[in-house]
Amino acid sequence: MNRTYELMFIVRPDMADEDLDKLISNLESTVTSASGAVKSVERMGKRRLAYMVRKFREGVYILLTVEGAGSVVHELERRLRVTEPVIKFLTVRIDEEQKRLEKIKKLRESRKKMSAQPAAGADEAPLTPAAETTATA
Amino acid sequence: MTEENKAPSPVMDRPPRPAGEGGRPGGDRPRFGAGAGRSGPGGPPREGARKFFRRKKVCKFCTEKIADINYKDYRLLGQFVAESGKIVPRRLTGVCSPHQHRLAVAIKQARNIALLPFAGRVQ
Repeated sequence: MNRTYELMFIVRPDMADEDLDKLISNLESTVTSASGAVKSVERMGKRRLAYMVRKFREGVYILLTVEGAGSVVHELERRLRVTEPVIKFLTVRIDEEQKRLEKIKKLRESRKKMSAQPAAGADEAPLTPAAETTATA
Repeated sequence: MTEENKAPSPVMDRPPRPAGEGGRPGGDRPRFGAGAGRSGPGGPPREGARKFFRRKKVCKFCTEKIADINYKDYRLLGQFVAESGKIVPRRLTGVCSPHQHRLAVAIKQARNIALLPFAGRVQ
């Protein structure tokens, strides 16, 4: 059962860059060893936290997109919990949402085509495209 | 003035209604009709009684076609969070029900990862 998850975590702001690199590569290896795949790693940089977390007012945000079964996430979360410099993390399943967004995108594109085509061609169509353009506009 | 004159009469008429229900419900109805006429379309009669005209609120996500309500987009979410950190009810913002649901979920996720405050402003 392959699912896509988004794992966002915050590390303490005073962490050295090399340590962070090491941490990320560690996490990546845990994902691959748990038969998952890392799709992307995004460093969102240092940001002020909305509230104090473990006496820190700011933190470095990292976004990890992972594909795999739930066991991958389980293992990743366990690691993050144990890792001391990680002050907060959040896992969100995103595949369903992505599917939904793609569906909406497709629908919108097909509507665009529908409203563009009959206007150029058929003569019995003019009623419907007119109604559609007003609906989409 | 007309409202004051009309308002007491249905209240006085109400008690005998169970006994003779033939004409009385019909007597109630004109009051509602008059109310709708006063306010015009788009507002309940109670608001129409006031002087100012209230604009019909529309869902931001429907009009701007924002399909993705994501917890990472804290700037967007911040528009629907009150000064105190509370989620603003949709009767105030005009967001439609399905979007408000997604919005609430996203705001809660954003709070969890310290992008939005649980309470109060971002310091």
